[in-house]
Amino acid sequence: MSIDLSQFHQVFIDEAHEHLGNMEQLLLALDVEDASLEDLNAIFRAAHSIKGGSGTFGFSDIAELTHALETLLDKLRKQILDPTDEMISAFLECCDLLNAMLEAHQGGASVDDATTDTMRSRLLRLADPDLPSEAIVNAENESSLIHDDASAWLIELNPLTDLFAGSASLEAVTADLSALGQLTLLSQQPGSRMTWQLKGPDTDAPIRDIFEYICSDSELTINLEKKENTIDAAEQDDGFGFFVDESTLPAAQEKAQADEDNGFGFFIDESELPAQQQAEREEQQGFGFFVDEQDLPAAQTAAIQTKSSNQKPIKSAKTTNKQDNAKAPAENSIRVGVEKVDQLINLVGELVITRSMLAQSASQLDPVEFEAIHEGLVNLERNSRDLQEAVMSIRMLPINFVFGRFPRVVRDLTQKMNKKVRLKLVGEETELDKGLIEKLADPLTHLLRNSIDHGIETPDVRTAAGKTEEGTITLSASHQGGSILVQITDDGAGLNREKLLEKAREKNIPLSDNPTDKEVWQLIFAPGFSTAKQVTDVSGRGVGMDVVQRNIAEMKGQVEIESVPGQGTTIGLRLPLTLAILDGMTLRVGNEIFIMPLTRILESLQPVHDQLKTVSGKGRVVQIRGEYLPLIALYQVLNLEPEVTDPEKGILVVVESNSGKVALFVDELIAQQQVVIKSLETHYRKVEGISGATIMGDGRVALILDIDKLARMSSSHVPA
Amino acid sequence: MIDATEDQTNQNAMQEYLTFTLGEEEYAIDILKVQEIRGYDAVTRIANTPDYIKGVINMRGVIVPVVDMRLKFHLGNATYDQFTVMIILNLGQRIVGMVVDSVSDVIALNPEEIRPAPDFGSTFDTQYLIGLANVAERMAIVVDIEKLMTSQEMGLIDKLSDTAL
Repeated sequence: MSIDLSQFHQVFIDEAHEHLGNMEQLLLALDVEDASLEDLNAIFRAAHSIKGGSGTFGFSDIAELTHALETLLDKLRKQILDPTDEMISAFLECCDLLNAMLEAHQGGASVDDATTDTMRSRLLRLADPDLPSEAIVNAENESSLIHDDASAWLIELNPLTDLFAGSASLEAVTADLSALGQLTLLSQQPGSRMTWQLKGPDTDAPIRDIFEYICSDSELTINLEKKENTIDAAEQDDGFGFFVDESTLPAAQEKAQADEDNGFGFFIDESELPAQQQAEREEQQGFGFFVDEQDLPAAQTAAIQTKSSNQKPIKSAKTTNKQDNAKAPAENSIRVGVEKVDQLINLVGELVITRSMLAQSASQLDPVEFEAIHEGLVNLERNSRDLQEAVMSIRMLPINFVFGRFPRVVRDLTQKMNKKVRLKLVGEETELDKGLIEKLADPLTHLLRNSIDHGIETPDVRTAAGKTEEGTITLSASHQGGSILVQITDDGAGLNREKLLEKAREKNIPLSDNPTDKEVWQLIFAPGFSTAKQVTDVSGRGVGMDVVQRNIAEMKGQVEIESVPGQGTTIGLRLPLTLAILDGMTLRVGNEIFIMPLTRILESLQPVHDQLKTVSGKGRVVQIRGEYLPLIALYQVLNLEPEVTDPEKGILVVVESNSGKVALFVDELIAQQQVVIKSLETHYRKVEGISGATIMGDGRVALILDIDKLARMSSSHVPA
Repeated sequence: MIDATEDQTNQNAMQEYLTFTLGEEEYAIDILKVQEIRGYDAVTRIANTPDYIKGVINMRGVIVPVVDMRLKFHLGNATYDQFTVMIILNLGQRIVGMVVDSVSDVIALNPEEIRPAPDFGSTFDTQYLIGLANVAERMAIVVDIEKLMTSQEMGLIDKLSDTAL
């Protein structure tokens, strides 16, 4: 029977990434001085799940590395060793390596074997400081060679009488077993209690034959070797007093795992069986290929418990299993490809459009005669709106998906730069469109690096300034109206106005004579602008902030900077909730309908003659409550034929653009409406002043205005 | 009998072309590039574009640009009525609507039947031409429509440097 495992590969890889992410978070949160056993167990479980999966799917390289990882973790969680900073660093690097290896299995760049070996020996050395490093590597390499094509059987003889004291000859048995394959004696105790590891035979039948005349079935246990914690647990189990050859075992166990599909071990007499194996066997029968991490700890705990009470192994194992079943969480989530969700969103978008088309045609029908149709349409509207909201929410993810990676970034960077930084996360549960979350990762990483590199001072500088030695960076996310505000706040030195101005002069960036703080802060977004004294590999090359701003602008968001010298800087990113739907105002110029993002509109008004002024050579301005705003006639910028050319007869919409407030002159405002954003670029190209398109109720296409572009376009349109 | 086998081999090599007219000229394009033919309506104008780019339409939820070939190549009268037709082309990843005077026929041509085009005599730049073919006493200009539509000249696609950004 062969099952095509490749179909599960993606699932495994996804899960492994998740486990690694979990592990990393736990590791970062781990207090070295006072590590909680619960966390250590959780980390162990994550490593264990990855190992289990990778073994099953034949990713032996990953399995080997995770095995080493697990060996060390196991000692930690059993408090044989105490965690050290060195271990945490090794763990984190190992996580990175595993991530790279997973990517390699997905067709990414392959990982150098030497790197893996180094990491593995490093972990094993940490696990057993006495072990010389070469020995591990060599032994492991050797053993993996041997095990490449053999199943490993664990033979346990636990006879009621001392067998070899009588007629049977130990030599004869050993010789017979050796004939079957490579035999390793794992332990020997008085009373002929012995444990061997035998690699070679595909089934246990020949082994069984050898023992047939020596002892009863109940005295013999033959097992396909499973997870190493069977042995590890045994290793510490004084009752059994196993001798474990560390250098040869791991690979053998991995092999055994890879061979799992050959069949499970045979259990002759459960009462003779060490409980932990029992638990594991049952677990495997119950859950098949996917070992649910939730179930492992209990089984393992049971295994540990049974060590002290070897008398009732079955009972304890059985109860554990029951608990496992009870504890196994119901499947409450499914994995679905993003493209499927997007397709669903598109379809719902179509439905909404079709509904409005229907509503439009129905509005011409006599409400009395066609009452049922009207009623149905009202219902349809409500239902489709609910459906749309529900579907949109599928794409929403907590922002923690990006925030989650930053503790690691901060840890690495602070170590590199000898700074002390505490990262505070606020509002991680704020939900955001998946597309936005992905695009947010890079800009945020960059901003965070900047904060650590330029913002937070070194501990001695901080102490001298009367601040705490440890700097604080706060990452926060919150809903604000129809948008999301993500802020990075540091309590560092703040932006240096003088330095920025100096740099601007050096770079010949035009500035007004007495620029406001806001204008000065905007300088950091200029391409190639960096005030870092020296270029580090962290920041200072000056290719960053402009990219950040461009990325955010692509997401239809804005960047805001606030900075107080000596007290710190806050950089705020204001983003729309989703990229797919826009709250818009429909407006008309001539025969054309346009959509304007509602969030940008400050007010709309019909100006009176006195409000309109002409600035010689610079076009028109409109005076609104003491402010003079440039007046942009949409029909001029977009070359349309308007119904009215006199602003007094049309409508002025005051909007916030990134170059300040402007008043857009249009013929008429029609209605406020949610629209589904469609890209123009899929089949066409970028259009100046237009950020996208949507489909209106009548099936026509309406263009969505790009306010910032329009404001810029109009200033270039105006004759100098 | 012999004719039949000859027909068979010919059919294997044959490709079908859709012919349409622009003014007095008849053009042929690979039928596999044609997605559908529909009437001209509800086109949304796009500002600051050349006149031959009529705008965009909603093709079952997909926004598709529409090009009027009559304006682009100054052939025929660019009038729009209920008889104006649009050929919706499917060019790899892109969908483009193309307004023509009329769609005439579907013809099958052997590669040998398409003769290389002379360097002159056509409004189209010769690099977009596959050749000339005789169709029932008339001449059809066989056009590489994909090459034409994705060319810089049409301005339907962002320049490479733009997309790279």
